[in-house]
Amino acid sequence: MSNSESDAYVRFDHVQKSYDGETLVVKDLNLDIPEGEFLTMLGPSGSGKTTSLMMLAGFEPATHGEIYLGGESINNVPPNKRGIGMVFQNYALFPHMTVAENLAFPLNVRGMNKVEAEAKVKRALEMVELPAMADRRPAQLSGGQQQRVAVARALVFDPKLILMDEPLGALDKQLREQMQYEIKHIHENLGVTVVYVTHDQAEALTMSDRIAVFEDGVIQQLSTPDDLYERPMNSFVAQFIGENNKLNGRVNQVKDSVATITLDDGQKVSAEAVGIDNAGDLTTLSLRPERVEIEPDDGQVDNILSGRIEELIYLGDHIRTRMNVAGNPDFIVKVPNSADHKPLVEGDTVRVGWKSADCRALDHLAS
Amino acid sequence: MADTTAADNSQYKAAALAALAPQTGKGPLTTADGTPLKAALGKAQRQARIRAFILVAPLLAFILITFIAPIGSMLFRSVNNDSFSANAPALSQWFDQNPGIVGVPEDEAAWAALAADLRIAKKERTAGQMGTRINYDLPGSRSLFTKTGRRADKLEAPFKEAFEKVDKRWVDPDLWGVMRRGSSPNTASFYYSAVDLTQQPDGSVVAVDEKRAVYKDIFVRTLILSALIAGLCFLLGFPVAHMLATVPTRYANLLLILVLLPFWTSLLVRTTSWIVLLQSQGVVNDALDALGFFTLMQKLALFDPMQQAGIIGSTGRLEMMFNQAGTIIAMVHILLPFMILPLFSVMKTIPPSYVRAARSLGASQPRAFWKVYFPQTIPGIGAGLLLVFILAVGYYITPALVGGAKGTLISNLIAFHIEKSFNWSLAAALSAILLVIVLIMYWLYDRIIGIDNMKLG
Repeated sequence: MSNSESDAYVRFDHVQKSYDGETLVVKDLNLDIPEGEFLTMLGPSGSGKTTSLMMLAGFEPATHGEIYLGGESINNVPPNKRGIGMVFQNYALFPHMTVAENLAFPLNVRGMNKVEAEAKVKRALEMVELPAMADRRPAQLSGGQQQRVAVARALVFDPKLILMDEPLGALDKQLREQMQYEIKHIHENLGVTVVYVTHDQAEALTMSDRIAVFEDGVIQQLSTPDDLYERPMNSFVAQFIGENNKLNGRVNQVKDSVATITLDDGQKVSAEAVGIDNAGDLTTLSLRPERVEIEPDDGQVDNILSGRIEELIYLGDHIRTRMNVAGNPDFIVKVPNSADHKPLVEGDTVRVGWKSADCRALDHLAS
Repeated sequence: MADTTAADNSQYKAAALAALAPQTGKGPLTTADGTPLKAALGKAQRQARIRAFILVAPLLAFILITFIAPIGSMLFRSVNNDSFSANAPALSQWFDQNPGIVGVPEDEAAWAALAADLRIAKKERTAGQMGTRINYDLPGSRSLFTKTGRRADKLEAPFKEAFEKVDKRWVDPDLWGVMRRGSSPNTASFYYSAVDLTQQPDGSVVAVDEKRAVYKDIFVRTLILSALIAGLCFLLGFPVAHMLATVPTRYANLLLILVLLPFWTSLLVRTTSWIVLLQSQGVVNDALDALGFFTLMQKLALFDPMQQAGIIGSTGRLEMMFNQAGTIIAMVHILLPFMILPLFSVMKTIPPSYVRAARSLGASQPRAFWKVYFPQTIPGIGAGLLLVFILAVGYYITPALVGGAKGTLISNLIAFHIEKSFNWSLAAALSAILLVIVLIMYWLYDRIIGIDNMKLG
């Protein structure tokens, strides 16, 4: 099969994977990753993202389809000949070797001479800011330090592709955020291609050039982070990425990609038509909490409903307001903590509104 | 309410400040009321310690009474045997008073003391016991004592001639040398015997006659066979343990039951079934015969060399029972679980991501195994080898049943001296040497691998 029409560095071509011969874990995966991209496979557990990564690394054979690396099919190439650096979930640093020995391992197996290897190990340790840790055992390092060593070990033999399998899952929140930036900077400085697997959407949004959202063995949407957040193409993506309010209803009419919808409680709203075709279809509206106005000024919004304030949570920079709107008791509104924001009292009924362009009518999701 | 809280607080602060004050100096830390911190801590922990001790006290007492004390007294026998000194008090006293006299004494007092001891021995029927210890060094001496004991009442002065008349052996200088040594209950002679040495009548220590030397060879055989058995268990057990650790859990549990199944069967049954399988008219030989193995060997002209090497016995069948081969086969089978279990428990804790990481870093499968997987199994290998070796060194039933003459181990000799020859002191000396060997192995293991690294499961 020819690959000439694509300049993708990594290419999944109709890849399928089944473990038991009865169910497909990965269903017809097609994905092109250009050189130098930071691509994240994001999805809940069991969505097929890790399996896809393992097939790329060579630890799981594809049941069907071809995987290309730099234009060559690598289906029959063993993992040690693929030249892919990999960072594992629990780092997989060899406990019986020192940090320096761990880093030298990929160089030794490639038969690099000792002096050159030592210099490379030193440089790699400097890159992750751990030059003093060379003689320590992995068990003597903190979680964050082990993480950095694992990244350094995956990079030390200059692979052009790095795979990361939930590498930050074991770290605490603060360290995780710090490591996100460090990995992002390493990627920017070295220009390597990174395929990153995570179930943490904040992590994916922070680091990635593009995100592939996996669910049920299928890529639901492949976009840049802002596109994914602001223009989800289906209800799963809208729910999975960021906070989302959903309102169920039925389509009245679609005109110029603006749909008029009758909500379940009979109120009418308009929204951008994305995942709907015909009048009469069931639909689920997706609306981000920060795009909802409480007591909007005249002309500011296209849709105005009334809602009852159920709960107020003070979060410093904003006030998280849980409301009952159009029969949805979990309708969240983020009210910015500005000096002139409207006074909110639990139990009050207020008007809420939003622009049609901020509300997307997607495929119906039974609540 | 607010006032009292404030007052409490200020009081608390004052106490805290008082507690802090001495800490700024060089003195030991104290608690808020001025008692030393260490004393306060000890007091606080004492009760927990006492409670913990009371919980273990019954077991401790049980072990002390039923285990440590009997073993201690048994080992004490190896350096202490009073069968002569207790039954010949008068002569022992004479030996004490005349330390310089070597050989047959001319002093009539010695002979009189011996006669007096034998008279008491006759009355109390202890002449045999008196001769037992002398008999260890000079075989046949026991009958000399019993015989003379029977005639003790008829012995009259001059005693030396009287004794000589009863039996010429009484004027053997060797006998007197042995009796002098026997007059003290404390002795190292059983240890000499246990390593095929003997103490000459003049006190010098020499090797025993080659025909009578048995123990050293059997010690060496025991160590070599145990090492061989441990090695074979390792070779057979490692792949099994690896499979157990890597197959899905439901299969692993089933396989683990199969590994443990032998533990549910009587050791005797298992050993006997090996006899049924491996004896010259047994299942394996019959099967080989039916398959034409022996005719094939004859055609290949290998039959005669094999017979000369002792692989094929006089019956024309493979000799796999009642020799070292039998001991090795049966003991490897019996001790295999003790190798597999520690290996399994270590391998189970090694995540597959290590080998995967090694592979992704460019190592081939053998290299990833050898450089990354294998070093991490060493605690299990060490534990398994040590366990199997120590168990094999002291193994008794299996070599006794299937070992024949060439496959017996040191424990069979210990049992022989306890049950048959009643030389408990020698049995104790052999056991003590065995114990020392095991402790040396343990020490070596600690030096090379480290006891802290051992994982038994």
